[in-house]
Amino acid sequence: MEILVCVKRVPDTSENEIAINGDGNDIERDDLVYSVNEWDNYAVEEAIQIVDKVGGSVTVVTVGDSESEEVLRREMAMGANNGILLTDDAFEGSDGKGVATILKAAVEKGKYDLIFTGAQADGGSAEVGGMLAAMLDYPYASLVNLIEVGDGKLKVGREIEGGNQEINEIQTPCVLSIQTGINEPRYVGIRGIRKVASVEIPELGAGDLGVDASAVGEAAAKVKRVDYFVPDTGAGAEMLTGSSDEIIAKLIEYLKAKGGLK
Amino acid sequence: MGEVFAYIKHAQGVADDSALELIVAAKKIAPGAPVTAVVTGTGADLDKVCTAMAAVYNSVWKIDNAALAYPNAEVVRKALVNVLPAGNIVLLPHDTFGMDLGPGLSIKMNVPFVADIVGVDGVDGGTLKVVRQEFSGQVSTHVTCDISGGAVMNVRGGVFQADGSAAGGAVEDKSGAAGDLSAKRTFVEVVAAEAGDVDITKSEVLVSVGRGIEDQENLEMVFDLAKAMGADVSCSRPIVDAKWLEKARQVGTSGQTVKPKVYMAMGISGSFQHLGGLKGNPFIVAVNKNPKAPIFQVADVGIEANILEFIPELTEKIEEL
Repeated sequence: MEILVCVKRVPDTSENEIAINGDGNDIERDDLVYSVNEWDNYAVEEAIQIVDKVGGSVTVVTVGDSESEEVLRREMAMGANNGILLTDDAFEGSDGKGVATILKAAVEKGKYDLIFTGAQADGGSAEVGGMLAAMLDYPYASLVNLIEVGDGKLKVGREIEGGNQEINEIQTPCVLSIQTGINEPRYVGIRGIRKVASVEIPELGAGDLGVDASAVGEAAAKVKRVDYFVPDTGAGAEMLTGSSDEIIAKLIEYLKAKGGLK
Repeated sequence: MGEVFAYIKHAQGVADDSALELIVAAKKIAPGAPVTAVVTGTGADLDKVCTAMAAVYNSVWKIDNAALAYPNAEVVRKALVNVLPAGNIVLLPHDTFGMDLGPGLSIKMNVPFVADIVGVDGVDGGTLKVVRQEFSGQVSTHVTCDISGGAVMNVRGGVFQADGSAAGGAVEDKSGAAGDLSAKRTFVEVVAAEAGDVDITKSEVLVSVGRGIEDQENLEMVFDLAKAMGADVSCSRPIVDAKWLEKARQVGTSGQTVKPKVYMAMGISGSFQHLGGLKGNPFIVAVNKNPKAPIFQVADVGIEANILEFIPELTEKIEEL
């Protein structure tokens, strides 16, 4: 199986407090720790496990600037065979449809049986995989938490509400968005990163991909972020302050009153 | 901008909660525009839902086909593309079904897509301004969408509260327009969640643990606290993903829906998927080292602290009582 995994470099929300900048038009990006989108790690791990079983190769691709190369290398250190960086000034400011348009062109330059994305990324829209599939006219399944490879078709499980799992059969080529928990992504050590440090990662721009620059980027985006803000959510929690003894004493009073201690 | 079509999710002849919320969202997105409920499925269950929706929506479009018996998003998409006229707004719930359907539907209808809308901030000509959240709910954004040629929009559940809308709508049978519904993805079955050792849906007090616990070995202190309180232990998604606790202990839309009296959110940031599993207005205590964690917006009492230090202290004090 030839598998393409679409990945993204994102601010790591478990390592950072996300704050809004002075102008309110972006988050504060100085000193942010970036990493590969958490869902994408599961997607790459799943791709590697499938290839280990049935043969083939794993290619990781991302749309981004030169700094995005580091996430490709990280996923190659995990075991992905190839990386491709899709980068062009014309791509900047693309909305989800723009990103899917760029990825579609990259898919068509190769010959892939499976295309994975993470189920969602930092923007939380969970949209690029479904858009990409529809553009390619490939079948799509989202929130995939089980993949069994068979003859010519796959059995996939989708995570649905209430902890239930929806089982589907899907023909290849297809696009699957991968949910966390499908596997246990392997650890990547500094040695693994070093091993792939000098591997050539091709960069493709709009011209190389045959993407019409007017179909992507900010000018083509019909969905645009105007600003960032912290919503006024009313009072919120009563924050307990003081010494830890004082805090705990207050909390225990509350717990007694609300039936939290038996 | 045209009309609004709301896709009605349903099971066993009963409409999903989102059915009554989408019409409220529709009225905000397109004030004054007619709103039509679109219901796909087959047989008596479908008819039952259509009748119920006619009491709420101006009109109901029914699409009856055996291929739509289970809502496979790939099949539903084909039906909607064939039946719905161009240039309109389609609203879907932002759940595991809407996430499966919405993005691809927008491409096939050649309209923009906006996911997970949590608010509507007005319409200016053909431009709609909505509110979304990014970075696991840590910040909100205003997003504009050109809806002059229609749009597909996914609406977060529980945000637009049902307003008791009533209408004497009629049911129109659009089944004849459904067209070819063959798809390259076939629904096989739903595998029900496995039951765990503890049924957290019945627990009155839950000590719930999230990513802030950092290490599997630290879970012991959470069980110690729960024991001291007479509570059960539940968790958020990352703990199950890491295989530290079984799925049956996960609170959230993709896990269990719980309704305790008291909910202790320990090192849980409070994503909307997690909060979606919390019903019955419990007293929520949140302990988190990140003062900006969204959990503090919904908690009754909050403590900014590292749970690894806070939990043992609290346990000790409770044991002394």
